[in-house]
Amino acid sequence: MLTLLADILSWALILTGGAFGIIGGIGLLRLPDFFSRIHAASITDSMCAPCIIAGLMLQSGLTLVTVKLAFLIVFLFLTSPTASHALAKAALHGGLEAGKKHGPAEARES
Amino acid sequence: MSLFAHYNYHLAIILAMIGFYTMISRSNLVKKVIGLNVFQVSVFILFISIGVHEDGTVPILREGYHMYSNPLPHVLILTAIVVGIAMTAVALALVVRIREEYGTVEEDQVQAQDEEPGAT
Amino acid sequence: MDTLVDILLLAFIAICAIAILRLRDLFAVAMMFGMFSLIAAGLFTTMHAPDVAFTEAAVGAGIATILILVTLGQTARREKSQAGRNVLLPLLVVWITGATLIYGTADLPVFGDPQAPAHTHVAPYYIENTQEHIGIPNMVAAVLASYRAYDTLGEVVVVFAAVIGVITLLGLRRRPAGVESRPRDLEKHQVLKVIAKMIIPVILLFGLYVQFHGEYSPGGGFQAGVIFAAGIILYALVFGLEPARQVIPPRVLGALPALGVLIFGGTGVLNQLLGGNFLDYSVLAGNPQTAQQMGIIMIEVGVGVTVGSVMLLIYFIFAERALGRRKDDGEVGR
Repeated sequence: MLTLLADILSWALILTGGAFGIIGGIGLLRLPDFFSRIHAASITDSMCAPCIIAGLMLQSGLTLVTVKLAFLIVFLFLTSPTASHALAKAALHGGLEAGKKHGPAEARES
Repeated sequence: MSLFAHYNYHLAIILAMIGFYTMISRSNLVKKVIGLNVFQVSVFILFISIGVHEDGTVPILREGYHMYSNPLPHVLILTAIVVGIAMTAVALALVVRIREEYGTVEEDQVQAQDEEPGAT
Repeated sequence: MDTLVDILLLAFIAICAIAILRLRDLFAVAMMFGMFSLIAAGLFTTMHAPDVAFTEAAVGAGIATILILVTLGQTARREKSQAGRNVLLPLLVVWITGATLIYGTADLPVFGDPQAPAHTHVAPYYIENTQEHIGIPNMVAAVLASYRAYDTLGEVVVVFAAVIGVITLLGLRRRPAGVESRPRDLEKHQVLKVIAKMIIPVILLFGLYVQFHGEYSPGGGFQAGVIFAAGIILYALVFGLEPARQVIPPRVLGALPALGVLIFGGTGVLNQLLGGNFLDYSVLAGNPQTAQQMGIIMIEVGVGVTVGSVMLLIYFIFAERALGRRKDDGEVGR
C-alpha cells in the first residue's frame, strides 16, 4: 500500500515537473521582455528539475541514491537562481532597459 | 527497418558534416575552431555508439549484472576529449596572436593583408 | 523507448549544431556550444558511458566555453556577413564526403548488436579479467590506468605539450604595458560573492572525491583535474584575477604540469628500478591486486595534477592577455 502511494506520488511529481518545464519553455518563447524571459527560464530550474528529482527520490526509496539526489536539489537551489541573477546583472550592465520590449538580437542591429 | 538499423552512424555522420561545413565555409577563425570541436564531438558519439551492447550496462562491475558495454571505446574517447581541449586551447591562442598582429580574425582579411605588396 | 530518447537527443544536438553554423553573434555561438556539449554528455549517458559523459560535460561545457568566451573578449563579437561568399564548393565537398561515409556504414554491425566484433574481440578479455587481475569495479579506470597505461602517458604528455605551446604563443605573465589590475568592486556583486563562497569549497572537495573514488564509480584523474580547475576559475571570475592567482603561487602553478608528468613517468621508472618493466605495477607490492591498485592511484594522481594545473594555467594566460583589451568596461577577464 505504501509503495503504491509512493509510486503514485512520484509519478504525479514527475508529471508536474514536466508540465512546469513546458510552461517555462512557452514563457521563454512568448514573453516580450528579456527580464520576464529570464524569470520563465528560471521556473525550469526552480520547479521543473526539483519536482522531477523529488519524484525520483520517491522511486528509489531509502538508499544512498536518495541522499545524492537530495544534495542535487540543494545544489540546484543554490546555483540556478544565482545564474538568473548573474544573467540579469549582465543584461543591465550591457545596457538593456527594463520595461521595454526586447526583440531578437538580430533585429536590433546597432 | 534496415534504414533505422544504422541510425546512430547516420546521425553522427550528419552532425560531423555540419561541423565540417562550419569549418570550411565560414571565414571567422573562432567559428572555425568551434566547428572543429563540433566535428570532434560527433566523432566521439560515433565511436561510443559502436561500443554499446543492447543488453549491457555501464562498464562498472556490479552484483547482478552480467553483460557490460565495451569499456575500450570509453577509454579511447576519454583520452581524445582531453587531447581535443588541449588542441582547442592552442588553436585559440593562435587566434589571439593573429588578432594582435593583423587586427582582425576574418580569414579573408588576414589573407588580403598577407598578399599586399608591402607585407612582411 | 531507448531508441526514442536517442533519436530525440540526436535531433536536439543537430539543431544546436545548425544554430552554431547559422548564428552570427559569437557570444550566442559560444553558449550554443556549451549546450551542444551538454546534450552530447546526455547522449553519452544513455549510451552507457558515464565516465565519458562526465568528462565531456566538464571539459566541453565548462573549460572550452570559458576559453572561447575569453578569446571572444579579445577578438570580434560578431562574425562578418557571409553574403558574398561562394558556398557551392564547400557544400559539394560536404555532400560528397557525407554520402561516401554513409555508404561506408552500410556494412557496419547494427547498433547494439551483441555479436558485433566490438563485443567479441578484445572486450571480453577486459571484462572477465579485471576483477581477477586488478580488483577494482570500474573497468574503464582499470583499462585506462593499468592495461593501457602507455596511451595515458602519451596523452598526459600531449596535454603538457599543449600548455607549453600556449605559453610560447602568449607568454606566461605578459600584461600589456600600462595596465594594472584594479581590485574588483565586490559590493556590487553580493549575491555572487556569497554563493561562490558557499559553492567553491564543495566543488574542490568533489574534485578530490572524483579523483580518489574513480576506481569504484565513474571518475578518475582527468575529470578531477578539470573540476578542480573549474572551481578556481569560478573564484577568478567572481573575485578577480589577482586574488585567484594568489590561491596557488604562480611559480608553483608553472611547475605543476611538469610535476604531474614526472609523477606518472616516475612511477614507470620506479617499476623499472624495482625489477619489473616500465609501468609494470606487479613489483610494487606482494599481493598482485594491491600492487595494481597502488600503481593506478599513483598515476591517476599524476594525471589529475597535470590536467588541473594545465587547465588553470591556460585560463590565467588567456585572462592576463585580455586585461587592457577593453579599457572601457573590462568585465571580461578581470
